[in-house]
This record gives sequence, structure tokens and C-alpha cells, in this order.
Amino acid sequence: MTDRGGVVAAATGVEALTTEEPVGRPTGWWGMVMFVATEATLFACLLGSYFYLRFQHGPSWPPEGIDKPKLLIPLVMTGVLVPSSLPVVWAEHGIRRGQPWRLRAGLAATLVMGLSFMALLVIEYQDDLQHFTMTTNVYGSLFYVITGFHGLHVSVGLMMIGWLLAASLRGGSFGSHRHERVRNAAIYWHFVDTVWVAILFTIYLSPRL
Amino acid sequence: MSTTLSTPPGIGREDLARLAEHWDEPRSLRAWFTTVDHKKIGRRYLVTAAFFFVLAGLSALVMRTQLARPESGVLSPQEYNQLFTMHGTAMIFLFATPMLFGFGNFLVPLMIGSRDMAFPRLNAFGYWVFLFAGLFMWASLPFGAAPNNGWFAYAPLNQDQHNPGLHMDVYALGLLFLGISTTSGAINFIVTALKLRAPGMSLNRVPLFVWAIVATAFMVVFALPALNTDNALLFLDRRFDTHFFDPGGGGNVLLWQHLFWIFGHPDVYIIVMPGLGIVSAVLPAFTRRGVVGYPLIVLAIVAISIVSFGVWVHHMFATGLPQLSYSFFSAASTIITIPSGIQIFAWLATMMLGRLVLRAPLLFVIGFIVTFVLGGFTGAMFALTAFDQQVTDSYFVVAHFHYVLLGGALFPILAGIYFWLPKITGRMYHEGLGRWAFWLVFTGMHVTFFPMHLYGLFGMPRRVYTYRSDLGWDVGNLISSIGSYVLALGLLLVLIGVVHAIRRGRPAGPDPWEGDSLEWSAASPPEAYNFPVIPCVHSLHPTWDERTVESTTTGATKDRILSEGKRTLFTSELDARPERAAPMPEPSFKPLVLAGVLLVFFTALLLGAYPVAVAAVLAVAATIAAWLWPPRRPDEEIGIAS
Repeated sequence: MTDRGGVVAAATGVEALTTEEPVGRPTGWWGMVMFVATEATLFACLLGSYFYLRFQHGPSWPPEGIDKPKLLIPLVMTGVLVPSSLPVVWAEHGIRRGQPWRLRAGLAATLVMGLSFMALLVIEYQDDLQHFTMTTNVYGSLFYVITGFHGLHVSVGLMMIGWLLAASLRGGSFGSHRHERVRNAAIYWHFVDTVWVAILFTIYLSPRL
Repeated sequence: MSTTLSTPPGIGREDLARLAEHWDEPRSLRAWFTTVDHKKIGRRYLVTAAFFFVLAGLSALVMRTQLARPESGVLSPQEYNQLFTMHGTAMIFLFATPMLFGFGNFLVPLMIGSRDMAFPRLNAFGYWVFLFAGLFMWASLPFGAAPNNGWFAYAPLNQDQHNPGLHMDVYALGLLFLGISTTSGAINFIVTALKLRAPGMSLNRVPLFVWAIVATAFMVVFALPALNTDNALLFLDRRFDTHFFDPGGGGNVLLWQHLFWIFGHPDVYIIVMPGLGIVSAVLPAFTRRGVVGYPLIVLAIVAISIVSFGVWVHHMFATGLPQLSYSFFSAASTIITIPSGIQIFAWLATMMLGRLVLRAPLLFVIGFIVTFVLGGFTGAMFALTAFDQQVTDSYFVVAHFHYVLLGGALFPILAGIYFWLPKITGRMYHEGLGRWAFWLVFTGMHVTFFPMHLYGLFGMPRRVYTYRSDLGWDVGNLISSIGSYVLALGLLLVLIGVVHAIRRGRPAGPDPWEGDSLEWSAASPPEAYNFPVIPCVHSLHPTWDERTVESTTTGATKDRILSEGKRTLFTSELDARPERAAPMPEPSFKPLVLAGVLLVFFTALLLGAYPVAVAAVLAVAATIAAWLWPPRRPDEEIGIAS
């Protein structure tokens, strides 16, 4: 972007540097929180539909011919995804103190954990697809659409993390005065993690109750 | 563009010149496509929504022509199905909400004393998506592939095996596409109202219109996901053979209705609430006093937006759900009339205690009260399960919701058009034309829809393309059709009035109505930067309040002029204490590009060109990544520890 009318000069003056460190919550924070709220409602609708269809379906759930979901891989997935929020928190705290190396290291760790989650999801699907698919019956439809939709969200979150990592490796992007984007992406990533727990309970644990 | 203002006291010529330099956009084709100015975007929303209104209205006229006589052959049943579906869908999704969002876009920053919305580029993006989604849906009509299942598109009729062709794919994808615009607009309103209010405008000084828009935006955030889920599942069912709504595969048709009405009932208030906000904004100028019971109205707005999520089953009283749930939802539906009633009585008290100035906007407000109360009256009847089951799917329902929606949305919108036209265009409308338009619209509306109560009670079902003459519905239908032409004539006069005002109207001046809220202290039309000095708000009626006025003239301070760079003021969420001056974005092509790529994505999905759709998704990701890419700054500035 070109510098029109001394925007940079205005933003680098003594007054700006002392007041730029966001006073109060920035607009971006509110925007991301509202976005996460609407996304969370979307997941609530999906999980609500799951229980509605399940209880309207009749006594046997999963329907005849499909085994109850196996737990090993999903539990490993949980073990990989949920702690992946910690490096993000650590990275965010680091950049707030003006330590880009912590930002980079934390993001890289989260990226690896998120990618492992996606790899595990693929392995899980390969196993499931031998028994039932999205078109087998409504159980299959719910199973693949809900987990797939969450996988999509993890992918979006990974793109954000990768994007942050690229921007921070270039340099000149984030520091103790400029970390709004890091904070917003972190909020999204925490959301993706939290939703997974609800999905674990709904898709994998509730049919075994 | 208005001519240069004489310099107000307290702000220097250099400051005005600098503000103009930072904010003015050149008049070029490039600027037209790249603008992020909330006033231009708001105007575009208004004009585009009006265009879709004309299309949906013409569809209704053709249907009324078909129904004027029994067994007439103006339309085939297939054409009739598409027209009534597009009429409803477009009126709800492409006219009412975007039109009110257009008012919101234009007015919210002006009313709260800001220089733009919180996210100007997201705002531009929302408009382009709305335009493209609207064209996407209407473009299906010439191909005979328009949605044909009614605006609420019930399962199982929306399934592929019962309804082959692209019809319901257009519906599902079009509404998902449009949902992106509505959601981004809603989030923008919320953040704008929370962070960009002028200093001193604590929550108890926020104009009622802004409260209404924010409550609407919150309802959108929490209601729209249900519709999006529904449409996504429908598209999966139709294209990829999932079984969500298919009982053959263990699915359930009622899931569609539940999700639809979990969205659909809040949506009634999403449409009506900003209309009620317009009424609260119009009344002070024409009663010469503030609206009675401000805190009660605010509480009513908040109560309605919460309770509206708990009444959806009253749309499903005829589906055979358990009796207990009927009782609960019947009670909830009865309770929600209380906050609505509070608002009506507050407006009546305002009119009773004030000094009435009977101009066209006030006429439309009075027309609103009469019509909306009648619609609310039949609404209270529907809350009773037994009555509902008796008249469900009859023309009585059609009469009811046209009273509510024309009363609650169209009349306030028309009042708003006449009220804010001087602000938007800088020109005054012709009062005589306005009065004629009001009486024609009011008469036409009641002549069209009142008889529907009667032949609905006599048993005429809705959504039939014709009827036999021995059933006793002929006269009522003929009257309705005549009424619809009168209504159309009245609306034509509104359009003529607007065009006349733009072409020939006399200059309006900044405050032709001596209104109370902040938009009347800006120029007409407002400068690109809205306010030369961001005011310091001292009361609920800032333009009537001398201290607030003084804060923009002799009391102007540098931290509220902000002429260095394109900036506006952020304040704290509750008390509006100044926090910092924040830079606002420059014009950009990216919003248009992103909306265009999304159009490619949805068109590719519709036509089954899935590789193209995947490519479009990648393009979407790349555009967003480029849009948000942080500019490179020196280490000292961003704050890197050495």
C-alpha cells in the first residue's frame, strides 16, 4: 500500500507508538468472536440434527449392520488436537513481548499437530469407508458430514496458522504493538479445538452409551 | 457532492482540505468498483433491493392476474409455482432484509457519529455478494429453473426424486451464497455499534434505530446458521445422495421444518425489527419530542430478539408433534406479544403527548401502526393451537403475514425513504405526490389482503394456481386482484416521487425536519468523512442538545477532528470513552474479486462442474490471504524486542 498523507508518519510518532498498543478490544477481536459465535451455532445445529435424527430413528443406533464406532484413533486424534492450542497460546504471549522466535516456534508446533490430526482423520476414514459410506443410511450421512465439516474447519485453521507463520518468517509483520491477526487466528484455532470435543462426545462416545 | 461548506467555527480550512484529501474518492470507473464508503454502499443496497422488490412485485401482479377469475389460463401450474416461490423468497431475502441493511449501512455510522463502518471493505464485499446472489437466483427464472417449492421449501417435496431439475439447487445454493453477505453485514453492524460510537454516546444514549439494527444483527448471527445447515444438508441430499430428509434411508422430513423455522421465526423479527427502529427514528421529528419510554423500548427490543428463538413450533402446529410441545410454544408465542405491545403503546403515547406534524413519513408510520396491529391481532389468534390447525395452509395465513410484513416492513421502509431522502440525496421530495402514494398504497394494501381473511376462512387453500367458480371465492379474489393494482400504482408513485426529488427537488439543507439524531447534524448529502468534527455526545437527542452542538463548533478539539490520515475514533463498548484514533482502509478491488470468485464457486456447484468449484475455493483462499496480508513495517514500529 502506498503511503498517502503521512499515515506511516502519523503511526510512527511518539504519540502513536505509546498509544498504538491496542487500548481496549480491537474491532478485529469482536469481529472474530462474532464469527466464531455464528460458526458455533452452525455446529450446534449439526449436532442437534444428529440427536434429533438419532432419537427419531428407533432403538438401534448405529443402524443394523454398522458396528459401534471404534475409539482408539479418535482418542489419539483428541490427544493431538486439543493440546495443539497450547503452543498457540505460548506463541501469542511471546509476540506480545516482542519475541518473534516464540511466535514462529509455537506456530510451527501447532502446524505439525494439526497436520497429524488431519492425517489421522484420513486413516480413520479409510477404515470406516470399508464398512459404510455417506450414502449407506442417515447414520453414515451424519458421520461423514459432521466429521468432514469439522475437518474442513481444521484445514481452514491450518491455513490461518500457515499464513501467520509465513508472514512472521518474512519479518516486519508482528511485534508487541502489532499482533491482532495472531490473536484472531488463535481464537479461531481454540474454537476448532473445542468443537472437536463436542464432536467426539456426539459421534464417537454417545452411540456407546 | 455538495458544495463546499462555509468553515464552521472551531475547525480550520486546512483541516477540511486535509479531510477531503484523505476521504474523497475520485469520480471514476475504478472508484465505482473499489469504493468502501458506507454511504455509497448503503445507497447501492437500497437501489438493488428496490430492483429485486420490483421483480418480486411484478411476479405477484402476474399471479393476482391469474387468480382474478376462476380457471383462468394466464399461467401454467409450473410457472405459477416458480412465481410464487420467487415472490416469497425474493421479498424476504432479497428485498426486506437487504433494504433494511441498506438503511443501516447508510445511517448507523451517521447516527453514532462515526466516519465509516468498522470493516469498510467487508461492507463492500457484503454488497457485491448480495448483488451476485440475487442475480444468481433471478437468472434461473428465464430458464424455467427457478425454485418452485414455496419459500419455505418443505421436505420431502424438495428432494430430488420428487422435484427433479435445478429448481431447488438454485434455492439451496442461492440462499447459502446470500447468507455470506447477511452474516458479514450483521457482524459489521455489531462491531460498528460497539466500537465506533462518538465519545459520550454511552449505551443509554444510542438511538433506537441503532438498537434495533444491532438486535437484528445478533438474531442473524444466531439464526442464520440453522438455515445454512438446512440448505447445505438439502444440497447434499439432492446431489450426493445423503439421507438427512429421506425416510427411506432413516432420515426425517420434519428435520427440515425444525431447522427452517428455528431460523424462520427469528427471521420474521429480523425483517420487522429494523422497521420498528425506523418508526422510532421517524416519530421524534414529527411529534417534536423524544419517543416515550426509551428504556422500555430497548428492553422490548432485546426481549423480542431473545424470545423469538423460542416460538418456532407455532409454524408446525399441524405436523403432529407431541401435545406438550404445543402448549409450551403456544405460551411462548403469546408472551412475545407483550414486548411488541409495549412498543406500540410507547409510539401511541409519543403521538398523544407530542405535537403532530402530518407529513408523508408520519402518514406511513400511522399506516404502519394500523396495519401491523391488525396483523398482530391475527398473529395472536395463531398462537392458539386449535385455531391454527383450523386455518393452516389457507389464505387466512397469507392475509396474516402480508399484514405483518407489509405493515411491519414495507410501511416503515416507505416512511424511511421519504424521511431520509433529503439526507441521502440532498433534495426534498414532493409532498403532494407523497400523500397520494400513501393513500394509494394504504388503500391498495387493505383492499388486496383484507378479503383474503374471508375467503381463507371459507376454505381457499394457499398456493393453488386456480380454483373452480362454484366455491364462492370469485368475488373476493377479484377484489384482491383489483387492490393489488391499486397498491402497485401507489408504489409506482413512490418511485416517481424519488426520481422527481433527485431530478427536480429543491435543496433540502442539512436538517429539513429538525430531527434529533446525529445524521441531521451532517451535511445533506454528507461529506465523504461524514463529520468535520466527531461530536461529543451529551444526551439521547444530540442534535437538539446545545452542548453536543457546541462540541462540534466552538468546542472542537484536535482529537475529534483527526484530519491527519484517514481515521476515525474507537471508543469503549459500554460508556463510549475515547480509546484511540484508528486508520480506516483505502478503496480496494479485493472485495469485488472475492465476491466474483464466490459467484464462480456457486455457479460451478450448481452446474456440477466440481473441479471448477475446487479451483474457485483455492482462489477464495488466495484472495483472503492477500487481503489480510500484513504490511511490512520496521522492527521498532511493530515492537520487536532487540
